[in-house]
Amino acid sequence: MKAVARVTGTGVALRRSDVDTDQIIPSEWLKRVERTGFGQGLFSEWRDDPSFVLNQPEHQGAAILVAGPRFGTGSSREHAVWALMDYGFGAIISSSFGDIFRNNSSKQGLVIVQLSAQLVEELQSIVEQSPNTPLIVDVQRLVVEVADFDWIQPFAMDAITQERLLEGWDDIGLTLRQSSAIEQYERTHASHALNSTLQ
Amino acid sequence: MGKTLYEKLWEEHLVVAPVGEPALLYIDLHLVHEVTSPQAFDGLRLNRRPVRRPDLTLATADHNVPTDPLSVPVADPTSKRQLEALDENCREFGITLFARGNENQGIVHVIGPELGATQPGMTIVCGDSHTSTHGAFGSLAFGIGTSEVEHVLATQTLPQQKAKTMAVTLTGAVPAGVGAKDIVLAIVQRLGTGGGAGYVIEYRGQAISALSMEGRMTICNMSIEAGARAGLIGVDETTIDYLKNRPNIDMTKFDSLAASWRNWVSDEDAHFDHEVVIDATTLQPFMTWGTNPAQVVAIDGVVPDPSTFSDPEERATAERSLTYMGLKANTPMREIPVDVVFIGSCTNSRIEDLRAAAAVAQRGRVASSVRALVVPGSHRVKAQAEAEGLDQIFINAGFEWREPGCSMCLGMNPDQLTPGQRSASTSNRNFEGRQGRQGRTHLLSPAVAAATALKGRFATPDEVLA
Repeated sequence: MKAVARVTGTGVALRRSDVDTDQIIPSEWLKRVERTGFGQGLFSEWRDDPSFVLNQPEHQGAAILVAGPRFGTGSSREHAVWALMDYGFGAIISSSFGDIFRNNSSKQGLVIVQLSAQLVEELQSIVEQSPNTPLIVDVQRLVVEVADFDWIQPFAMDAITQERLLEGWDDIGLTLRQSSAIEQYERTHASHALNSTLQ
Repeated sequence: MGKTLYEKLWEEHLVVAPVGEPALLYIDLHLVHEVTSPQAFDGLRLNRRPVRRPDLTLATADHNVPTDPLSVPVADPTSKRQLEALDENCREFGITLFARGNENQGIVHVIGPELGATQPGMTIVCGDSHTSTHGAFGSLAFGIGTSEVEHVLATQTLPQQKAKTMAVTLTGAVPAGVGAKDIVLAIVQRLGTGGGAGYVIEYRGQAISALSMEGRMTICNMSIEAGARAGLIGVDETTIDYLKNRPNIDMTKFDSLAASWRNWVSDEDAHFDHEVVIDATTLQPFMTWGTNPAQVVAIDGVVPDPSTFSDPEERATAERSLTYMGLKANTPMREIPVDVVFIGSCTNSRIEDLRAAAAVAQRGRVASSVRALVVPGSHRVKAQAEAEGLDQIFINAGFEWREPGCSMCLGMNPDQLTPGQRSASTSNRNFEGRQGRQGRTHLLSPAVAAATALKGRFATPDEVLA
């Protein structure tokens, strides 16, 4: 995973609640065996509508999505994260997230920022009024900053996730350092190996 | 103070908890399917890593497989490519695969339990959010993304943060005609789509204990629809009876296995971070009306009127949902016609679900305006149903009797709604476009689905059994 210290760029407001991962990337896109090229499928059903916010010229190139509550619920598809990142988003701001989506994001370096519903609403209004205003999501200081509006808000992130983002850790590499503990566990616990019917 | 079942499962599987890093949990069973695994296997190849425990890994093809007769080849080239990738990856890494046509093939959350691969006290993961299903056996089971699939393949462990615990207690017995699907729809409505986020839910109480394993799986399956990654039900004699003589169970050691399984329950004095109590005696047949699974109404009810919602955000969501669903406020649910009835999915495609639907189906014929599909969860379920003559009941009543797979639950195979079609579906998600572009999905139980197929509009079994 690539290290990420900050995400800067313009924002776009997605004023919908319960945006599940089926909406982020519909299942017809899940048949691919590659990890790239999913940006085209991002919100594909909604992007057919010319009035959809991502189709507006002033929001092209946005790097930060400011979404309604319960973003990324439903299916475990990591393709949702791949699609958001491939499209160009580096951070998602919402008042709440689906657990699996949040987890998948942390594995790919997509920064998840949880703010109160009121602050999300404020930020949505800012990016709607001033689409060209740059936003900063600072993973080092754990703040969201809109300098033009003198708007700066802290957000919470557990220390482990923060360090993983800043260092760009390879999770599997980290775990493999614990190989002797894993072997020890396997020696001291009953095996659940599948029997010959299933092997 | 006593421990919850979740805490016991957590402690039993803790490999190491390094300072400043997440705890590492051992994974006893890793279920794999074609959709969320190809990129994980690519990652292994790229880093020259083997699969650590192929003997704890089991693969099946379910999401993409057509439900046409097995003689019909897979027509969609991208689906075919993905199914072939699973074949190649399992062969290269030494993983058992039940491919299309194999007698053990089926939906991953149907075959794990029916083969006895799923057992109490285990940790089970799969790149699929409905892995929560297996929690019905007192095992910690949750869905993961593709990066985590790769992690488990390489290390047989997962870094995890401990979840909070929630007890959802169903007091009393459900009225006649109310089943597991109605119970879980009521739970999701009560908790909302985000209410379970950060929690592992344990379901308990008289109405849960009274359920069969099939019913318990239906409940745990939809935990994720309330935002919880995992659902749990403590082990009892129903659990143990179900596992007897399953292919992966060593019957020479059954008594000692059963004795150890009985420990997988919460202690009497265990403390939960959050508790919810639902009076099961007040439940009735339910269905969804909108585009998220918490938008639930009684079948006796009417389409809700968004203007009566006090919360502005909820009102906006409801208005959007009704527009998408093509429904008018205050329309009685029983007056809404449907185009398609789908009986299947990891929520409701097991033998008991098919028996419940067949008991209704034998009382009439599918309405001429309706296409009705029955898709058994696995070849074993299909064979059992055929041995009981259920296939003939469905076929005689005008239902299609199809080959196993995920099918119209998510429309990755050719079984899809066309734009504007309305379905009565026993699956788990009524999201926009879930069953096909612009399709309109209503979630409900197998018995209600069958009654709806006969009437051509939403209906309860009493309307056709009378």
